[in-house]
Amino acid sequence: MKPQEYQKLVQENSAPRPLLKNVLWAFFVGGLICTIGQVVLNIATKTENTKAEASAVTLAVMILIGTILTAFGVYDELAEKGGAGAAVPITGFANTMTSAAMEFRREGILLGMGAKMFVIAGPVIVFGILSGFIVTLIKVLILKLL
Amino acid sequence: MEYIIAFLVGGAICAIGQLIIDTTKCSNAHLLVGLVCLGAVLSGLGVYEPFQEFAGAGALVPVMGFGSSITKGMLSELERLGWEGLFTGAFEITGLGLAAGIVFSSIWALLRKPHK
Repeated sequence: MKPQEYQKLVQENSAPRPLLKNVLWAFFVGGLICTIGQVVLNIATKTENTKAEASAVTLAVMILIGTILTAFGVYDELAEKGGAGAAVPITGFANTMTSAAMEFRREGILLGMGAKMFVIAGPVIVFGILSGFIVTLIKVLILKLL
Repeated sequence: MEYIIAFLVGGAICAIGQLIIDTTKCSNAHLLVGLVCLGAVLSGLGVYEPFQEFAGAGALVPVMGFGSSITKGMLSELERLGWEGLFTGAFEITGLGLAAGIVFSSIWALLRKPHK
């Protein structure tokens, strides 16, 4: 049997993934996290002077919440139920940093905790900055030329 | 009302993410990187700003908002500083959260043992 045939056989015989249930859970958990974010954003809009500052503070507070929930094991349970609903919000980004830092701590402070903290968060930052850089550069060049 | 919009929009983005993970071979990491890039590009095109104006935290808190904040920082710092802003702007809005994430992740890693 070829590997492709085997794969097909496995796919046909494995239990269908509860797609609808997963999506609904993701919707609920993700929505809940964003609602908490809205509470933080409303408070930050009052205390900060500019919109950019309010965004920055909101992101930071949500990251702080994410690290705390991860440290006490709450976020892992949330992620099990919520899937992408827990991974896509910025709290999930914080979760990848904290859980990697905690897990690789035993491989040493420098090369364990320090290096592996960004094992998933790293690509997000790298490609976020690269795409932001490119699109900003193009925008500036077009505005200069016109 | 703005809480309901944040819930619905944020939930919808996460539900679409879950749909992509479940129906394609896309992993969590691929999804996050894709969303960040999408947010950064949409912000450069000037689309994300009005969307965030409407959806509030529903647009800011998903990782797309992180990407959009990178571009937004670059554009505003570019105006303020000139070409240097193209680089320093990346962390103008996101830097606070990133540094906080590094500090608190380190503290928890030193204080607490992993679960399981």
